[in-house]
Order: sequence, then structure tokens, then C-alpha cells
Amino acid sequence: MADNVKVPIIKLAKRESMDPKLIWAIRVGSIIFAFIIGMIPLLMAGANPFTSYGIIISGSLSKKLYIQQTVKRAIPLLGCALAIAPCFKMKFWNIGAEGQITMGAIFASAIAIWSGTAIPRPILILLMLIAGVIGGAIWGFIPGFFKAKFNTNETLFTLMMNYIAIGIVRYLQGGPWEGRPGTQIIPMFAKNARLPNLFGIYIGWVIVLIMVVLVHIYMNFTKQGYEVAVIGDSLNTARYAGMNVGWIMMRTMLISGGIAGCVGWMLVSGANGTLNSDVAGGVGFTSITVAWLSQLNCFAMILIASILAIIGKGSGTLQTRLNVPSSVAEIISGVLLFCMLGCEFFINYRMSINFKQMGTNIKYFFSFQWIHKSAKKEAK
Amino acid sequence: MKKLNSKVSYKKIILPIAIIVVCFILGLIFPSLVYLFAAAGAYGTALMLGTLGEIITEKSGNMNLGVEGIMYMGGIFGLIAPNMYEMSVGEGNASPFLAIVFAILSAFAIGAFAGLLFSFITVTLRANQNVTGLAMTTFGTGVAKFVGELRRHKVGGYVTVSNDLKAAFDNKFMPDFLKRIPVIGRVLFDQSIFFYLSILLAIAVFLFLTKTKKGLYLRAVGESPVTADAAGINITLYKYLATIIGGGVSAIGGMVYTMTTAGCVWIEASLAGTGWLAVALVIFCSWHPIQATWSSVLFGALMIMYLRIIVPFFPQELYKILPYVVTVIVLVITSTRNIKDKQPPASLGVNYFREDR
Repeated sequence: MADNVKVPIIKLAKRESMDPKLIWAIRVGSIIFAFIIGMIPLLMAGANPFTSYGIIISGSLSKKLYIQQTVKRAIPLLGCALAIAPCFKMKFWNIGAEGQITMGAIFASAIAIWSGTAIPRPILILLMLIAGVIGGAIWGFIPGFFKAKFNTNETLFTLMMNYIAIGIVRYLQGGPWEGRPGTQIIPMFAKNARLPNLFGIYIGWVIVLIMVVLVHIYMNFTKQGYEVAVIGDSLNTARYAGMNVGWIMMRTMLISGGIAGCVGWMLVSGANGTLNSDVAGGVGFTSITVAWLSQLNCFAMILIASILAIIGKGSGTLQTRLNVPSSVAEIISGVLLFCMLGCEFFINYRMSINFKQMGTNIKYFFSFQWIHKSAKKEAK
Repeated sequence: MKKLNSKVSYKKIILPIAIIVVCFILGLIFPSLVYLFAAAGAYGTALMLGTLGEIITEKSGNMNLGVEGIMYMGGIFGLIAPNMYEMSVGEGNASPFLAIVFAILSAFAIGAFAGLLFSFITVTLRANQNVTGLAMTTFGTGVAKFVGELRRHKVGGYVTVSNDLKAAFDNKFMPDFLKRIPVIGRVLFDQSIFFYLSILLAIAVFLFLTKTKKGLYLRAVGESPVTADAAGINITLYKYLATIIGGGVSAIGGMVYTMTTAGCVWIEASLAGTGWLAVALVIFCSWHPIQATWSSVLFGALMIMYLRIIVPFFPQELYKILPYVVTVIVLVITSTRNIKDKQPPASLGVNYFREDR
């Protein structure tokens, strides 16, 4: 009986397919699990986790003003997640969306600042959009080019580009674009450089929703989107199929950077009305969570971006009401990502636990025969 | 055969000596350079530990991009431990030695926990290493800010330690006659204890990787897990242990930053970017622990250069991005050169599934 203790208790096998309903059940389950883990820091801070979650929700959705602020947070998150989705699909780890947003914002602001009130509003806004897209695309293209040509590590490259872009804004803030000397603030743009509002929120939310549809179509129903998916699955397959991998990488980074630049344009022209070094404010990182939690599904991103925006906005309320540090939002978003990454294992692998064997092993353990055995071994 | 050997020794001995001589002369001519590098030692130590930790991790084939988060957590936990210790025994009664030990242990523990979490998700649950590392960054910075803020509420003010302990952490204990050696003295002997400990650690890691059987096994796991598995090496164990120890070492780097450069005060924003720089340095020093020592001091110097060497008519904010520009250039140059013994571990970032063979 006790001799076959070496038979593994847990057996793993790759799953061929799985009921899509069950897959989503597992994913939703892992999100719920993450929120349960998220109660630990809330308890540590001495707050009741259930009231805390209640405050997070009421603090972000209970009033019209709160909803507007939450949507304002969700817009760049969603836009930025759309930007990095093609890159991540290609397994190109672009974490430089922050810098691409900032660069888009710089280019758009440049047009707004230089033109002043000379150009009529629709044309100016359109020019700013074009400039923003170009700025973001350039900032995305540089790492893409070096990755394609020399296989330079894109994660670090894009990240360093973030710091460089933010540094440039700091310089502009304190130097050439400074308003009153000594303030380190760029003055608000003229009225004709500002995006109009719709239902109390700048029109960016409509633009971003249109972008969801466009990116969804691009990624799923075009030849280019297909090429991106093939490269992501297997670089060698793509090469064998005769794809110009380098060019596809550069093109995808151009598009990704362009979308991020467009988000930057929305932020300066819509949300803030001016440029500051905090224009991206960590959106580039949080949107990675958004993109990955939604499994790069553009429509799921709307939901996930809203959830993260709710947590982000609500945690601010939590800080003022219950004195819980608002960084709890970052912890929860990290845990969410961990759980989502971990749960894929249960989707991809079939785990069968051999309970009979487990029983045998437990019996073996409590029979203490193994003590005699190891003693015998030592005696030998 | 002999000819080949002599060629190698020329490169390995003459070149470094020439560089040292040139640096010495430069130091004599420009004393501000000496002060710069002497000051860079403190920040360089934090970078060095972060880099060493990541080298250990990456040698096992695990690419932990969460160093930023791990160093953040190490930064706050390394501060809280001596803070709590001092509060429990009362100010003035605290032994500096114990405070340093507690700081190291507490930082190591939280880093090891992060390494364990990372390996559980990537090795056992086989998730993507890149995204897991990014999640670790978000999680780690969140935890550090959260814990720091909570502690601040509890203490009611800045989380810090008494001046005695501050002096103990930043104690430059080498004898004065060594410090007075021109050029070298300031740079090499006017440093805190952590600087020397890190260099010892770098040498230890180097010896472990190149001279011991276990080190060879670890490298085998990182280079070719298939071969290592066939040879009967426990891949899971090696990956777990390397990631846990590596995470712990990186976290000590965060602790050293708060306790020396930041003056024992928790400032959230000041650590930002250090962990990422450490990841970049791993590539710069081509996974070589000894090269990590001088290159991290070099990057430490770049980071504080804007404070020490003033360039007239050049905006400071643009000056501050210099280290990042240099990093980008370094990344590009290292990737264009294709030197055989300066490549990453072959299976870096790729998870190993025995069934997938």
C-alpha cells in the first residue's frame, strides 16, 4: 500500500477547448477573488471592507458630478488601453503609452499655444488632433524601429521614453511656455482650442467609444490585424509565411503611438485645457491592467476601464471619509491583474486531483513508516 | 592555444589598468568629478543591489520586471523595521547594529515574498512573465505607498528614525588615512557600509555562478531548461529560489536608498524609476555581477550629475533626463553589437512546460 507514494497527486493536462461560458465564469470568479483579497489592506487600515467598497461605489457613482468625474477618469484609461492592445497582441511590451500620451499632448499644445486665437475653432482643434497623433506616433515609432532593426529591449526603451517625454514637459513648463514667470504653469488655452462638452463631459468619451469600434474592427477583421495576431502567436510562423515582421512591428507601433497621442490631445484640449507634466498621470500603467484584464477584447475594455475608474475615483473619497490611503486603488488593481493572470492556468490546463492517492499519502504520512525507512537508509 | 590566452589577458588586464590611470589623471585635473563619484556611491549602492538581485533572478530564466515595485516595498519596509524597533526600546537605547540588521532582514523578507509571488504565478501557474512583472510594479508601489501612509498616520508625522541611527546607517567608517588618498580615497573609502557589503555580494554572486556546481546548474536552468531537466536538475526549485533571493536582494537596494540617499525619510516619489534603471543596468552590464558594481556607480553619478556639475545656459529639467537618454543609447548600442558572451540567458522570459517539448 504505502509503496506507491510517489504517484503524483495532481495531474495536469492541456485542455483542448472549454465552454466559453465557463471561461468567463472563471474570469469573473477571479475578479471577485481579487476583491476579497483587496479586503486585507482595508482591514489593515482599520476600515470595514464592506462599508469601504460601498463608499468606493457611492463616492464615484452616487451624484451626477461624481459620475462625470469618474467618466473623465475612464476616458484616457480606455483610450490608452486601446492604444496598447495591438502591441500586446503582438507580444510587443509597450509600456511607453505614458510617454506617447505626453508627446501627443506636447504637439497638440504647441499648435494651441503658437496659434493663439488666430485660427477658427474647428480647424484649430483638427490641427491639434493631427499634431497630437503625429507626436504620439513618432514617440512610439522610435522604440518600434530599434526593436525591428536590432531587437532592442522594447520594455525598457519605451519606459525610458516616458521619462524623457515628461522631462521635456517639465522643461517647457518652467521655460519657454511658462505663463507668469516663476509659476511653472502653462496658462490655460484660449476657448477656441478647447473641445466642446456633451452631457457635461468633454466630447472625448464619444471619440473614445468610436475608437473602440474602430480598433475592434482593425484587430479582428483586417489583414493587418491578422498579421499582428500571427506575430504574437509565433514569430517564426510569421516569417515563414513571408510577412515583413520588422515593418509590421513599426507600423503597429505607429498606430499604437498615434492612438495614445490622440488620447494626449483629448487630455490637453478636453480634460485639462492646458499642459502639465502630470498630463498622463500613470494612465499608461493602469491601462496595461485594463488591456490585460479584458483579454485585449475592445468591448470588455469599456467595462474594465469603468471599474478601474470607479476604484480610482472612489478611493479618493475613501481617503477623505475613512482615512484609508488612496493607494489602495493601486493594490487592488495589482491584485486584480495577478488573479487574472493566475486564472488563465485553470482555463488552459485540466487539473485532476487523485483523491485516492492523496488519501494513501496521508495515511502513509500518519503511519510514520517513512521514519523507519529514512532511519534504515541512514543505517545503510 | 597559448596565443589565444595571451590575447585575452591583454584585454582583461591592460585595458582596465589604462582606464583606471586615465580616470585617476582626470580626477586630479577635475576635482568636481571626484566629488561627483564619491557622492554617487550612495545612490549607486541602491542601484547595485537592485541590479544584482535582478541578475540572480534572470540567470534562472525568470525575467522579473517588478523590480521597481520590489524596491519600493524594500524602501518602506526597510525604514519601518528600525523605526518600530526604536519605538519599542525607546529612543537612545536602540543598538545601531541591530537596527541595521532588522532593516536588512525586513527588506529582504518583503522582497522574498514578492519573488515567491512572482514565481508562483509564472512558474506554477505559467502566466506571462512580462505582464506579471508589470503587475508586480503596480502592486509593489501601491503596497509601499499604502504602508507608508498608514505608518505616517500612526506615528503622526514623518516616518523616520532618530539622528543617532541616521548617522549609523550613513556611517563612513573607513579610517581617515585611506580617505585622504587623492582621487581614489574619496571614491572608494568614503562610503557607507552598504557599499562594501554590496561589492562583497557581487563578488560572492560571481564566484557562485562561475565556480560552484549549484551556480552551473542555475545557469543551465536559465540557458536551456530542456537540457537541465533531462540532466535531472529540479528546475522549479532553482527558479523559485533564484527569484526569491533575487527579489530579496533587490528590496535591500530599496532599503539602502531610503536609509542613506533619502536620509531615512519616506518620500514616495523619490524612488520612482530606480528599479527600472536597475533592470536596464542588467542589460548594460551584460548579466555580469562584477560589472554591475562599476556600472551602477556610473549611473548613480549620471543621476546626480545635475546637482554637482553645473552646465551654464542648459536648462536643468533637460539635464535631469540625461540618465534616461544615456540608458536608451546604451540599450541601442548593446543590442547592435552581437557579442557572443554578452547575451542574455537563452530562455529568458520564456516559461518552461515539460509537456510542451
